[in-house]
Amino acid sequence: MKCLVTGGNVKVLGKAVHSLSRIGDELYLEPLEDGLSLRTVNSSRSAYACFLFAPLFFQQYQAATSGQEALRCKILMKSFLAVFRSLATVEKTVEKCCISLNGRSSCLVVQLHCKYGVRKTHNLSFQDCESLQAVFDPALCPHVLRAPARVLGEAVLPFPPALAEVTLGIGCGRRVILRSYQEEEADSTVKAMVTEMSIGEEDFQQLQAQEGVAITFCLKEFRGLLSFAESANLSLSVHFDAPGRTCHLPRPAIFAVKDSLLDGHFVLATLSESDLHSPALCSPELHRLAPPLQAHSTPHLDDFASDDIDSYMIAMETTADSEGSRAVPSIPLSPGLRPPCSPGPFSEDHEAEPSTEPGTPPPKKFRSLFFGSILAPVHSPPGPSPVLAEDSEGEG
Amino acid sequence: MKFRAKIVDAACLNHFTRVSTMIAKLAKTCTLRISPEKLNFVLSDRVASGGVSMWCELEQENFFSEFQMEGISAENNAIYLDLTAENLSRALKTAQNARALKIKLTNKHFPCLTVSIELLSVSSSSRVVTHDIPVKVIPRKLWKDLQEPTIPDSDVSIYLPVLKTMKSIVEKMKNISNHLIMEANLSGELNLKIETELVCITTHFKDLGNPPPASEDASQERPPEQMAEVHVDIRKLLQFLAGQQVNPTRAVCRQLKGSHTFHRGAGRLSARPPWSGAQDGPGAHLTGTENYLVSNKIVHFDLLHEDVSLQYFIPALS
Repeated sequence: MKCLVTGGNVKVLGKAVHSLSRIGDELYLEPLEDGLSLRTVNSSRSAYACFLFAPLFFQQYQAATSGQEALRCKILMKSFLAVFRSLATVEKTVEKCCISLNGRSSCLVVQLHCKYGVRKTHNLSFQDCESLQAVFDPALCPHVLRAPARVLGEAVLPFPPALAEVTLGIGCGRRVILRSYQEEEADSTVKAMVTEMSIGEEDFQQLQAQEGVAITFCLKEFRGLLSFAESANLSLSVHFDAPGRTCHLPRPAIFAVKDSLLDGHFVLATLSESDLHSPALCSPELHRLAPPLQAHSTPHLDDFASDDIDSYMIAMETTADSEGSRAVPSIPLSPGLRPPCSPGPFSEDHEAEPSTEPGTPPPKKFRSLFFGSILAPVHSPPGPSPVLAEDSEGEG
Repeated sequence: MKFRAKIVDAACLNHFTRVSTMIAKLAKTCTLRISPEKLNFVLSDRVASGGVSMWCELEQENFFSEFQMEGISAENNAIYLDLTAENLSRALKTAQNARALKIKLTNKHFPCLTVSIELLSVSSSSRVVTHDIPVKVIPRKLWKDLQEPTIPDSDVSIYLPVLKTMKSIVEKMKNISNHLIMEANLSGELNLKIETELVCITTHFKDLGNPPPASEDASQERPPEQMAEVHVDIRKLLQFLAGQQVNPTRAVCRQLKGSHTFHRGAGRLSARPPWSGAQDGPGAHLTGTENYLVSNKIVHFDLLHEDVSLQYFIPALS
């Protein structure tokens, strides 16, 4: 593989790597016919991010030397990030960036051609890996909202940088509401401040969602894509499906940016109960479905009794296409667990453990659903397969 | 109990934000006292705050275009709320480009001070940011601990130098010792001194000026050159100085002859400065209280930031 990035695109590439570094510790690099894909997933498998740079993004793009199959590699995010550590310096001094990988060497070579004839060569060791591909399809999500990144950047400004989760929903008058989400701790005497931002529909380029729908996701992870979108001046779209409406089990939310040369997707798990329980939200249906705020600690158990609490991760392809994807519906995090931001021990074993007693929060040990031995596809995968969701009870 | 107020002027909003930021630097939690004419931020000394206490006062009409309050009763027309100062500061900081800011006392599952900000927006739509700051309503019986302090006679009172200069000096001294000696006299001289086995460092400030004495007798008794000395914990002094982002309009420092009365009851120790009306506090309700009378000094800082007054008391090290 050999790709050459020049000019301003080097900084764009660097910014993308910075965004990905907010999610995971390992970068999966895969040269495809459609372009170079950079992907990562967090340790608890509750956040997945990928950028695909089209061949036209590069001055030169060669996915695989003829006769050889395309190589895939997994690199430590820290190492790759170190190449683009200071974006300001990259912007000022780097003229070209060449990324190459050949079967013989055991290193991914990233060479920066800088001003004044300076050339920096980074040899990054990598591991062969399977293709990391999350199963998601924005088209399946009934709710979409899209706004310039600047609008969303301003929307998250009032929230403290340390805030972990935020609830996004549609309130009365078709206003888009963002509210800080606090896990209720029964024994805490000091309550936290709740911040809410309300934006009018007019600020959005697209708003396809009914009043009352809401999702809760990790703000810190979302900020990764947001900062990329702001620097590239792109629009950001959010595709989601709120629980209780068309599906019984909450799905992850898909955040996407796109332009002619690249596209980026961040898929983040959502919490099961997302409730914009406030006077601003006037949908009576939501009130019926969401547990009241006071009784926050107890209803979780009831909600979870019927859920498949084992599979709370983003669905991932596990086998080659011929066997069909063993996709598992993406399910929320248990509120009893600390959400995406905390790393969990990572096991590559995809044998499902017997489920724990319903009603108890799932064990902290997160299992990966997606690594098995995958036959290396000869051609690039035909794009994400649709999520195969189990029948919603009573609604199928 | 009701409270609603509104700020529409940008300058007032910025000033109020600066005040809240200063309070957040001086105290983690404090009491907000709301009365028809004034707002006060009060920190009454407790062992938890290391004996430091504070009384900050502002006239509400200098800030708010609308102000309505109803205390718990007609005779006791005030509201006392305990809150985390940083929450208020953070909430106000998001009002950088606000068209209007409203504060009101609400009850959203628990009592809150709701700060509602209408932002100026490029597009025609308005954006609203709401912050619900959890507060604790303080019952009437505890109000006596939170009254305005009366200032007893001081040995010496002196105008302070530029606080930023003082802060950078004290910051450097902190690395050497925690024990700072402040000396001042009626000739406008102030010394900041630290002494260790190896070294003694003194910074001399001259020509600071002294405020006019409270009573004629006091000034005649004391020779102007004679230094009055007080020992304080340098960290407490530094915390106070760090809270002053802007140099005040006026800054006075007094060394007060205080008497601390320690009440011990049920294992709780509290020191009380000469707060007015604080003769019997919570400790007195308990049986078997022992009173220890300790005569000690207190350093009193009396600042004026434009129209906001701040009084800060740091107990001397015994």
